Amino acid sequence: MIKNKMKINDLINHTSEWLKGTGPHSDVVISSRIRLARNLNKFPFPHWASKVQLNAILEKCSQAMEKVELLKNSTLFLLADLDSIDKQFLVERHLMSIEHTQKTEQKGVLVNDEENIAVMINEEDHLRIQLMQSGFNLFEAWEIINGIDDTLAKLLDYAFLDDFGYLTACPTNTGTGMRGSVMLHLPALVMSRQIERVLAAIAKLSFTTRGLYGEGTQASGNFFQISNQVSLGHSETEIIENINGLIRQIIEQETQARQIMLTKSREVLEDRINRSLGILKSARIITSQETIELLSMVRLGSDLGMIKDIDRRTINELFIITQPAHLQKLENVKLSSDQRDLKRADLIRKKLNLMSA
Amino acid sequence: MLCDVCGKNPATVHLTEIIDEQMNELHLCEECARNKSAAMEQQFGLSDLLAGMADFEKPSSNKEEEPVAVKCLACGLSYADFKKIGRLGCGECYLTFRKYLAPLLKRIHGSNQHIGKNPVKTKVAVKLNKKKAGLPELKAQLQKAIIDEAFEEAARLRDQIKEVEARLDKE
Repeated sequence: MIKNKMKINDLINHTSEWLKGTGPHSDVVISSRIRLARNLNKFPFPHWASKVQLNAILEKCSQAMEKVELLKNSTLFLLADLDSIDKQFLVERHLMSIEHTQKTEQKGVLVNDEENIAVMINEEDHLRIQLMQSGFNLFEAWEIINGIDDTLAKLLDYAFLDDFGYLTACPTNTGTGMRGSVMLHLPALVMSRQIERVLAAIAKLSFTTRGLYGEGTQASGNFFQISNQVSLGHSETEIIENINGLIRQIIEQETQARQIMLTKSREVLEDRINRSLGILKSARIITSQETIELLSMVRLGSDLGMIKDIDRRTINELFIITQPAHLQKLENVKLSSDQRDLKRADLIRKKLNLMSA
Repeated sequence: MLCDVCGKNPATVHLTEIIDEQMNELHLCEECARNKSAAMEQQFGLSDLLAGMADFEKPSSNKEEEPVAVKCLACGLSYADFKKIGRLGCGECYLTFRKYLAPLLKRIHGSNQHIGKNPVKTKVAVKLNKKKAGLPELKAQLQKAIIDEAFEEAARLRDQIKEVEARLDKE
């Protein structure tokens, strides 16, 4: 692992592994993510630690990670070295949380070349290790992250108690320290107004639903991130099985809703999908919210075989590169919101017209 | 459709609120939605929520003892600090405040007994697992037996745990 070997600007021409649009059930499931919260024994949690202690934690953790085989080809970004666009850029790529962009001293994020592993250092906990997979694939994600965690446990003295498990700053993460999340695209459940019923059921089963960018964000463009709330009293595999059971049901409901729409109102659906594509292909000014909503329809069109010349991967990429920080990175200048809406429309038009040409 | 709150701008954000299992649909314009989400965060921060829960957890037999004054010797965080910020100070805090955290964890997770992986004895646990269940599983089974009032089973599990612990000590 070399510090800043991969420059942040290199990431822009790279497609994250999890965006490839492959993997099981990738017509409904965008990605699967597992994150583990870990802390070092004898050190206060980040919010309660001094600068000297935070530095020592950063040092210890980054040294340990250098010895992990799966993290050999990765880059450690020190948040203090990054400007606000860079930080936003990493958030947009789902490599770190919005909280990690605040009070950035002694904070780091380690990203591997495939961009499917990211480790935040000194966020709410000393370590937040995350693994993202394309499609519905939590068990595979767990196997990989479990191996990384085992290696780190030999190198670092984790804060752990037999009865409470892994100790975390917030008691809501104590125990396994694990959160499994699945990002779903549920346009048919939203359009058929069944989503309220589904979300209400999820809340009753002690799972949480969030928007595209995690905690505190609104669900938009028919994307929903579902994760476990309980982290103590169940083993990691039990937690994953529970999420999987729920997700399988939601996938089934979404698939059914899509089929019903196809048989009962095919023309209306086709009209909506093609109008969305039409706007994206010809708009001169477009906000990021409208982009997400229209791309969601285009993605549905592609999944249903109504749009043949635009693949899922291109659509997935467009979701990311049309975000504010990505646009500014691509243009290499600071852009106002109005300027971004122009550039965004430009970029989408070029990409989509190129595909269908 | 116009915004439910201001009635002026078109509604672009559609929210479903669930309060006491009652579902409520709200259609808001972007500005009102932003205000609403800020208000919700203010009302319902996680630390408030945890602090509220922590309040319930004073063990009734210890009413004379004021838990807010108890401080973690390792990091200096007091129980009052925890109630205010909703975060513990360090791993040691879990031992210092065990009495109050055990019931709090149970309220949050429905259990306060970890049965997942273990960083230190990974190898030992795997070895034991091949022959018998590992320590965490046994302890969980013991808890369950006690709750179910299956006392014979509980006694058997207790002995088995002792046996495994003794063997772990030797190793």
